[in-house]
Amino acid sequence: MLEVRNLKLYYRTLRGYVRAVDDVTFQVRDGELLGLAGESGCGKSTLGNGLVLLKPPMNFVGGEVQLDGEKLPIEDYERMRDYRFKKVSIIPQYAMDALNPTRKIGRYIEEILESRGINFESVRETLIERLRLVNLPERVLRMYPIELSGGMKQRMVMVISTLLNPSLLIADEVTSALDVSTQKAVCLMIRNFKELGIVKSIIFITHDISVLYQIADRIMIMYAGKIAEVGKTAQIIQNPLHPYTKMLLTSLPEVGVRYTERMLSGIPGQPPQLLEPPKGCRFKERCPLRDKVCDKDPPLVEIEEDHVAYCWKVKPNA
Amino acid sequence: MLEVVNLSKAYNVGPLGKEKFYAVDNVSFHVADGEIVSLIGESGSGKTTIGKMILRLIKPTGGKIIFNSVDIQSIKNRKEYYRLVQGIFQDPFSSYNPIFKIDRIFEMIREEFYPAITKEEWSKRVKKVVEDIGLNPSEILGKFPHQLSGGQLQRLLIARALLIDAKFLVADEIISMLDASTRIDVLNTLIKLKEKGLSVLFITHDLSLGYYTSDRTIILYRGSIMEYGDTVKVFKKPLHPYTKMLLESVPTTQKVWSNSYISLHGRNVLPSFCKFYDRCPLGDSTCKNVSFEKFEESHFVACVKVTGEGEHVA
Repeated sequence: MLEVRNLKLYYRTLRGYVRAVDDVTFQVRDGELLGLAGESGCGKSTLGNGLVLLKPPMNFVGGEVQLDGEKLPIEDYERMRDYRFKKVSIIPQYAMDALNPTRKIGRYIEEILESRGINFESVRETLIERLRLVNLPERVLRMYPIELSGGMKQRMVMVISTLLNPSLLIADEVTSALDVSTQKAVCLMIRNFKELGIVKSIIFITHDISVLYQIADRIMIMYAGKIAEVGKTAQIIQNPLHPYTKMLLTSLPEVGVRYTERMLSGIPGQPPQLLEPPKGCRFKERCPLRDKVCDKDPPLVEIEEDHVAYCWKVKPNA
Repeated sequence: MLEVVNLSKAYNVGPLGKEKFYAVDNVSFHVADGEIVSLIGESGSGKTTIGKMILRLIKPTGGKIIFNSVDIQSIKNRKEYYRLVQGIFQDPFSSYNPIFKIDRIFEMIREEFYPAITKEEWSKRVKKVVEDIGLNPSEILGKFPHQLSGGQLQRLLIARALLIDAKFLVADEIISMLDASTRIDVLNTLIKLKEKGLSVLFITHDLSLGYYTSDRTIILYRGSIMEYGDTVKVFKKPLHPYTKMLLESVPTTQKVWSNSYISLHGRNVLPSFCKFYDRCPLGDSTCKNVSFEKFEESHFVACVKVTGEGEHVA
């Protein structure tokens, strides 16, 4: 179980701090796949990276992270070595470029394991079993990354990231560059990893809400460094409450919608810059329900069990 | 307006380049005036290669491309060609020179293509085009590319093509890098321009975007067309097993994926067999020498398993 309380991760720039993740509190329960969605620049990748690989220019400003009851020293890059890859692991956004092009894949895995003081032979069996799980032949270990397709590399990185059965896996935009058929296969494989108990819980970061509808247990929507809404997948998709979530869902082109039948519209305006974010609700500039009260920080409203939104305009039991 | 006839692109592979790999294999289609045609396929299906051949960035090894009744290979003056045919690509952030402001980028078009037009006249035109794509010129023109969002940059690339007065656009995965909230604006811009007579070849792997935007759809697999026709017909009644598999895999918020098995493998298909043969759940020894069959008005499929009613024989 992951518990994040009041986490603040800022980027240091010459003009001041960019508040990429600003006072974020949430949980990921055991056996759960939490989907994290939002526009680019909303801080979702910063949050994911911050939990594993916090290094300058990203700065830890405040908050607490606990994994399985133990405090995770994310602010200390050196001390995190004891947890990274073993307790918490990440499939990075550009997993396809994560492999060393000059090493055969088997040799590369051996080197990573050595750097963690683990004997390759002791995990060989697990490795081969995992390769089978993601539908890769054993001979890929004797191949160079260039010989693999994008989808194969993605699955390979997935196997490497989870080789030591970490408690928490962060998957950052792993399917954005894949074809629909490969995307479906990779998503189902990731969920399968959780169901087989290889990882306890997963944070699945994506900008594509329809992917989350397929695989996530709960969905968290972020906007401009803050959480907008969190809820069970069905709650978010069928009964979105935050105006941002609503607009995001209606701007989604899906098979079955044609411009001749229904012209979709995007969300006008742009997210605020986070160097000096506006006071109060960060979505107010683009929000159709904007009101004076929105200049104050939005309250956390619990609508039903598990379903919360940060908005003045959302009424409990509405 | 644009006609592609038996187009092929073969690369030499293997020892001493003796074997041929067909990235595009005998593809024919046409795009009419004021029409958006989407070219849908997985990566490696040759969709980008087709786009690049139309843009004359690579040379075909077979077949020809006819634009306004002229074979494009015979057009000696490339500038004349590019005045009519323009391309937009996936990554708007790397399409711009980062040290030029937007108005300077537009000014360069004048210097290159329309030196006879005065600066005042040109800046009026620029303003009009920027308004046409739904942006506010006073907010946009004085900015550097990094100060704008991906959606805005992508629309400005469309504006650039319009300033040149292009008649045909090759739009290669132009929204796959954009956010959900802005990608729809780019599509709506394309649709608006189409209604004014622009023709677009819309290359994508995202079926929902293809369905939303295009008039006709071409489904491509490993360099060959599997199915093509009127967009609504292809999506409402997909005939080819490959089209069906693609449609099944699209994530939507209406329906959860079935746990059906997807075969991701398959490389060696014997010649004369259907290219989808090894991944196809229905594939057997009869899947040879496939040709296009007309299933209904403007809906064609290349699959021996499709019967007259559109059902499959197992």
